[in-house]
Amino acid sequence: MSLDQLYQQIILDHSKARHGSGLAETPAPEGASTGQSHQLNPVCGDEVTLRVAVNHGTVAQLAWDGAGCSISMASASVLSEMAEGMSVEELRSVIESFREVLRSRGKVHADPEVLGDAAAFEGVARYAARVKCAMISWVAAEDALNQAA
Amino acid sequence: MAVVTTPTTLERALPAMDNAEVLRIRNDFPVLDQLVNGRPLVYLDSGATSQNPLSVIEAEQEFYEQRNAAVHRGAHHLAVEATEVFEDARQTVADFVGADYAEIVWTSNATEGLNLISYALSNAGLWAAQGRGDARLRELGLGPGDEIVVTEMEHHANLIPWQELAYRTGAVLRYIPVDDSGKLHLDQAAEIVGERTRLLAFTHASNVLGTINPVAELVAIARRAGALVVLDACQSAPHLSLNVKQLDVDFAVFSGHKMLGPTGIGVLYGKQELLDVLPPYQTGGSMITTVTMERAEYLAAPQRFEAGTQKISQAVALAAAVNYLTETGLDRVHRWESELGQRMVAGLEAIDGIRVLGPAAGQDRIGLAAFDVAGVHAHDVGQFLDARGIAVRVGHHCAQPLHRRLGLTATTRASAYLYNTTDDVDEFLDAVSGVRAYFRA
Repeated sequence: MSLDQLYQQIILDHSKARHGSGLAETPAPEGASTGQSHQLNPVCGDEVTLRVAVNHGTVAQLAWDGAGCSISMASASVLSEMAEGMSVEELRSVIESFREVLRSRGKVHADPEVLGDAAAFEGVARYAARVKCAMISWVAAEDALNQAA
Repeated sequence: MAVVTTPTTLERALPAMDNAEVLRIRNDFPVLDQLVNGRPLVYLDSGATSQNPLSVIEAEQEFYEQRNAAVHRGAHHLAVEATEVFEDARQTVADFVGADYAEIVWTSNATEGLNLISYALSNAGLWAAQGRGDARLRELGLGPGDEIVVTEMEHHANLIPWQELAYRTGAVLRYIPVDDSGKLHLDQAAEIVGERTRLLAFTHASNVLGTINPVAELVAIARRAGALVVLDACQSAPHLSLNVKQLDVDFAVFSGHKMLGPTGIGVLYGKQELLDVLPPYQTGGSMITTVTMERAEYLAAPQRFEAGTQKISQAVALAAAVNYLTETGLDRVHRWESELGQRMVAGLEAIDGIRVLGPAAGQDRIGLAAFDVAGVHAHDVGQFLDARGIAVRVGHHCAQPLHRRLGLTATTRASAYLYNTTDDVDEFLDAVSGVRAYFRA
């Protein structure tokens, strides 16, 4: 697999755009129920603090602070963009699909209908050392949802 | 009378290493002859683990094919032969670092060696408190009011065992800081190491900065304070001539797998008079004299510190690795690697947006360089290089406090060994020069 298949254009773009980045600058909407999670990858020091705001069963906002490689930052950005507007159940189900693809070592293909831009991370599944990079914000989101719900 | 100690007569007769010799050396290392991602492998991660020459692989295989048996027990032919090669290996390693035979303890790695010292010292305090063991143990145990000193550039393996020793004994852990250029603040060292200091532990060569620490000066500071000295020789023993007696350290540790040997074996050197009195760290078979249902008496060093079935094939293979290094000549290896290290640093410094950690080009360093690429995370750098068949290490290199001190969380490290050519370094530099453009940093 070539480097360009791993670092797809969407990933490189999102690693710069960092949608949803900046917890302090993005206060949670009033009245929403929030949950926050901090995740750390001790191997490389990648770090994400992620907050979800839920309003009447809908994800009103997903904001985060983080430092890490382009895969981990892009994945948080894509997640933030996708999650807003989803129902909590929808987001949980998307996280599960994402995990299934990432843990499949390349055997399970990503369905763009389900995963949208996150399907671009399919290639990461072939790089065992990078799966955690792609997963870190999704694990944080799952944890944060549990606290918000 | 002038006494010439180095280089040895043999080494003076040999010319300096060059690329032609390295290419011959590479023929001894089967793993290096392969394509990675369609490119010839450029292995620059020997600081993490080195590769094995055929002689090492064959020594281990020969042991299993012809001599495999438990050592120090049994009177049969194979047991005697296995014991002989196992103990011959100890002598080979002792000669390699200028130690006496009984001062070499096999461990599973350098980390275990450091933990062994840490636990033997806290056990010394426990024994002394109950009047058990040699009277000298009273001076070796630590307690409240005592201090342990390390440096800010230590690998976690030479930091955490001392944090835990401090925790177990009530002693305080202090450290000698590093300056921005990656050198120890020696002036502060002389103040930090004082009459309360019982032990000074430091690395000979930094696995991140490449700095070679001034062992003689640090040992002198420790001696004035009456402190024990522990030397982490993981990044020095494989790459330069080491003589533990000349350095006058009390303990030294290093790993087999970083010096062309197998994994699963490390070496602890300890001064005879210390090993003779220190209590064991692990207990069980092979290290006792008399055992009753209530208590046990222990063998003298080194067996006292080698509980259970030993790393026999690994010891034999490590001796083969030592022989390979000795035959090549460590002073020659050191000079060659210094050249590669300088080439790396000079080349990296010339690339826009690269910050090299540790000594600048032209200053002493071992053959490695860790660096930060502005706007690109180390993981991405490593992935980019891997796509070109270049193997480097990324992350904090088990030195989080040092990275924090330098304002970083992760860096990329290239580390050379005797099988790397200047072409390897140039290939690596060429790849690094393309990293920022690829990631649009």
